[in-house]
Amino acid sequence: MMPIILRRLATSVLILLAVSVLVFVATLLLPGDPAQAILGQQATPERLAALREQMNLNDPVWQRYLTWLGGLFIGDFGVSAASGGAVSALLGERIGASLVLLVAAGAISIPVGLLLGTYSALRRGRAGDHIATGTSLVLAALPEFVIGIALVTLFSTTVFTILPSVTMAPPGEPVWNYPQQLILPTLTLVLVVTPYIIRMMRATMLEVLESGYVEMARLKGVPERQVILKHALPHALSPVAQVVAIQLAWMAGGVVVVEFLFRYPGIGQALVDAVTNRDVQVVQVLAILIAAVYIVVNLLADVVGILTNPKLRTGGAR
Amino acid sequence: MTAIDSPQLVTQETKAPPGLLRRLVAQRQAKIGIGLTAAVVLLALLGPVLLPVITGFTSTEFTGRPFQPDGVFGTDNLGRDVLSRFLDGGLRLLAYSALATLLGMVLGVLAGMTAAYAGGRVDSLIMRSNDVLLALPSLVFALLAITVLGPEGWVLVAVIGITHAPRIARVTRSATVDVITEDFIRAAEMYAVPRWKILVQDVLPNITGPLMVELGLRMTYSIGAVASLSFLGLGMQPPTADWGLMINENRIALVIQPWGVILPVLAIAVLTVGINLITDSLARAAANANVGASK
Amino acid sequence: MSTSLQDPIRTAVLSATGLRIATTAGKEILHDVSFELQPGKILALVGESGSGKTTAGLACLGHFRAGLTHTGGEIRMAGSGPSSNILDLPEPERRKLRGGVISYVPQDPALSLNPAMRIGDQIMEVLQVQGHGSSDAERRARVAEVLAEVGLKNDDAYQRRYPHQLSGGQQQRVGIAMAFACRPSVIVLDEPTTGLDVTTQALVLQTIDQLAELHNVAGLYITHDLAVVAKIADEVVVMLSGEVVEQGPTERVLYQPQHDYTRKLLDSVPDLAGKRRVGRTSVITGEQPVVDPRPAAAEDRTRREASANFLEVSGLRLAYGSNQILDGISFTLAPGESMMLLGESGSGKTTLSRCVAGLNDDYSGEVRLSGDTLSAGTRARTAEQRQRIQYVFQSPFSSLNPRRTICESVEVPLQMSGKMGRKERRRRVLEALDQVRLGSSYLDRRPGDLSGGERQRAAIARALVNAPSLLVCDEVTSALDVSVQASIIDLLRALQHETKMSMLFVTHNIALARHISQRMAILQHGQIVESGSTDEVLEHPRHEYTRELLANVPTF
Repeated sequence: MMPIILRRLATSVLILLAVSVLVFVATLLLPGDPAQAILGQQATPERLAALREQMNLNDPVWQRYLTWLGGLFIGDFGVSAASGGAVSALLGERIGASLVLLVAAGAISIPVGLLLGTYSALRRGRAGDHIATGTSLVLAALPEFVIGIALVTLFSTTVFTILPSVTMAPPGEPVWNYPQQLILPTLTLVLVVTPYIIRMMRATMLEVLESGYVEMARLKGVPERQVILKHALPHALSPVAQVVAIQLAWMAGGVVVVEFLFRYPGIGQALVDAVTNRDVQVVQVLAILIAAVYIVVNLLADVVGILTNPKLRTGGAR
Repeated sequence: MTAIDSPQLVTQETKAPPGLLRRLVAQRQAKIGIGLTAAVVLLALLGPVLLPVITGFTSTEFTGRPFQPDGVFGTDNLGRDVLSRFLDGGLRLLAYSALATLLGMVLGVLAGMTAAYAGGRVDSLIMRSNDVLLALPSLVFALLAITVLGPEGWVLVAVIGITHAPRIARVTRSATVDVITEDFIRAAEMYAVPRWKILVQDVLPNITGPLMVELGLRMTYSIGAVASLSFLGLGMQPPTADWGLMINENRIALVIQPWGVILPVLAIAVLTVGINLITDSLARAAANANVGASK
Repeated sequence: MSTSLQDPIRTAVLSATGLRIATTAGKEILHDVSFELQPGKILALVGESGSGKTTAGLACLGHFRAGLTHTGGEIRMAGSGPSSNILDLPEPERRKLRGGVISYVPQDPALSLNPAMRIGDQIMEVLQVQGHGSSDAERRARVAEVLAEVGLKNDDAYQRRYPHQLSGGQQQRVGIAMAFACRPSVIVLDEPTTGLDVTTQALVLQTIDQLAELHNVAGLYITHDLAVVAKIADEVVVMLSGEVVEQGPTERVLYQPQHDYTRKLLDSVPDLAGKRRVGRTSVITGEQPVVDPRPAAAEDRTRREASANFLEVSGLRLAYGSNQILDGISFTLAPGESMMLLGESGSGKTTLSRCVAGLNDDYSGEVRLSGDTLSAGTRARTAEQRQRIQYVFQSPFSSLNPRRTICESVEVPLQMSGKMGRKERRRRVLEALDQVRLGSSYLDRRPGDLSGGERQRAAIARALVNAPSLLVCDEVTSALDVSVQASIIDLLRALQHETKMSMLFVTHNIALARHISQRMAILQHGQIVESGSTDEVLEHPRHEYTRELLANVPTF
């Protein structure tokens, strides 16, 4: 079992490296000169040369890549072209704020999705199933900003005005001091992610419930509850873990729109600002960060898959 | 003694199931989906044409002061007629999404079929590159590209198409792998049918089901992505009339002049829900030859 | 018709009367089915695919698969009052019967054992659910006991294995152990030996027979295989599309069948001795050594050129990693001769046939056709060589492209080999379809409209359309029902007579030998362990493996 997990880990590291190359190449495609971009048109040639030296722009490409990659490891994310400050200082608090949002949304949507999906599968074809699948089908189609705006319209402007539509924490204060402001962004993410988990859980459960071993368990006289808990659910976990992983990772990207919509002070907002200002350094760091989240979450899902499969666990010997 | 299975006698009730499209439209859900989608598509197509007749304003013309209740739906943040902008704002979104989806499908299907059919090193090379592209969420990838290349139309189409490609390639590959293990492919190989012909004539017709489903799914995502980018102010640029951009421009005044936001949000919602309903019915029709027969 | 055997002396443990089951859409698939199970006796429920035999078997456990509902009739257990109709019981009551009083052995243990549970725990589960024994220790002892009863090891290490760590035969015995664990009075066996090789099948059948008799269990044995019925059943019920057409003691049904369908079915079963005529052509015995090529020799150009060794295979080897699939295979085939390649799964027989046909190009060694060494792989062979060797695949459900018409599929070889026009090709396709007894109405139909037998005929037409001199048939009847198998065998023999082609017939079913081939070669672990004329091999087997096969093949 360990060799499989280690091999999987090595693949993850390789993919992350490949992503970093891809992201780094993006800088090279940028028209113009980063130093010029930071200092503006009026910069003197001396200052430009000094900054180029400081940013290692005169080194060969591969050396710049290695320096940049090494910097990522030690937390030196470079200099923001827009503000001229260190990228790490810019992002520090925001990463925490975004994580709060992601963890809250994940903590709600995963159990709710799994439960509703299982419920739906067990009541296949009945009213409860129709409501759950119908709702999730519609919600799954909607882009996140549509859901977000619908929620804002409903809860903070027209019908009820009970929740704040934007986040306004005084600078320096952590977002979780204002839990009311977290409700709408979290709810939006939950509504976007949960439908997929419901649908996948339902489909997987249906497939498992029709398998030979579940029929056999029933024909053995095993009570229905035990059939589901002991024979069906364990087999549904691994494929669903993959989907949950993809959804969590997707949230890392989808959070951009939600944060922008609610003016939430997280990395998504920072990313949009950075793109607007064409601040490549910041965009690169954030892209790598988000890719890393995706890769780690996927790795975890695969480990779950390996652990729940005795064929992989025991090495498949006859 | 006569043969038992004299074929004329055994022509039993093995009647051919109805075709994919017939099975699709036999479902009520698909009919609703087609209705919703058609309504928005017609609106987007005819809107720009009918604009002079209906409102008499162009979509970028200033007709009054900002956020006034003038006209049918009032004016927007710069005093332009909301209805005019709404009618004019769907076509570009649709066109960009369709082009991006098409690009993604072409790239993805080619890559997926090649990977599955060639196998071995080509397969792992294509699939590993896929993994790398998949590790960047599509929106982040798009933002990275826009940072570097600017918010041009072709950048949107190309970048969204490229982010679709790996996902489509995965689906295509697994569908193709299922088909190429069938003996009729081996038979074609045995008769030395050229490889491209095997792919076109034996593989492609047998994976249209999953591909159609993927097409619908990707179209939904393309619309979402193009509209989201415009909403973030990083897609279509002012003063273009565009649904996503309209939402961005008018949402500050959601309380006093909601139409500038509600109209485009509604249109996008109806469109994506409609396409998703069709796609879901299509998936059911593709997976089960008996769908619609009993209903 | 209701032919329930009311015998006052015997008391049935379970009786089904007037059972009707329909799909939820309203189509009835079981019509008035009745049968009785006696203690210590095995009743065989025989029918071809789609006859409803599994549905009837599952109904005995009060279980209906999704989409099916019970519409009439009852199933009664002996010993209880008028309320003993299982199908009237509420679900929890039925559940208590399942696994305890009535148990079930599934068709495919690889799918029916929970892959994530240790086998010991799976047997233990039945005992716990049924409350068998008074303590876990007692139950654990029973698990060990029943494992020994089915002839498996019963130590802790074995009980801690997962299903994937067992062979197919062992998995099936775990399934049987699970069914016998609670000492049931009725056991339903759903084709429990399908997919096992004959030796394992013989062992499993013996186990079932012994246990049923020892514990006085009534057995319902669902199968399509009449030879197995002859071996194990005391009584037989024959089903045809959801209806019982005949029932009675095994002796009577098998040797004095009353109903036309039973007679047809029995006539279709190939037998080792070749006493039955499967189809119109006579069986192959000593008097008819080779499909006679002589009269036609003068007209046949290729035949004249051919030497005695028309096909010559020498030193064929093929390995995937450390797995030696083919280990030095050599044999020859004369023109007009039919040879059977017999082997169980994993013997390398399909690989061998594919190497000959050029579908597998990983081999070393030589394949010579009329003296010319063939390149490995069809793409490397010449068009003429490709045309002369044709291959028919095992499953007609997989070998025809479902999206293309029969004509489009059958004309592929012509398209690839010739400069024939569309019209000419269509004419040739029609001829080939005539040869396989399919008419012109099939030209523009798609495989989805055809039955399995018709599809296999179309697949054979594709192989014939180019007038090959060697036809390689890879298990061409194993995906088909026995009556369809008979007609295909009949067709192949007739075609061989008509066209004087040679044939390589690959199969796992030794009973077909006299019905198809003059010579046979027996494959084991990638080697030919025995070869010779069919008579020679069947009557004087020299190799241990052949003798074992012949001893274990069920026949009647």
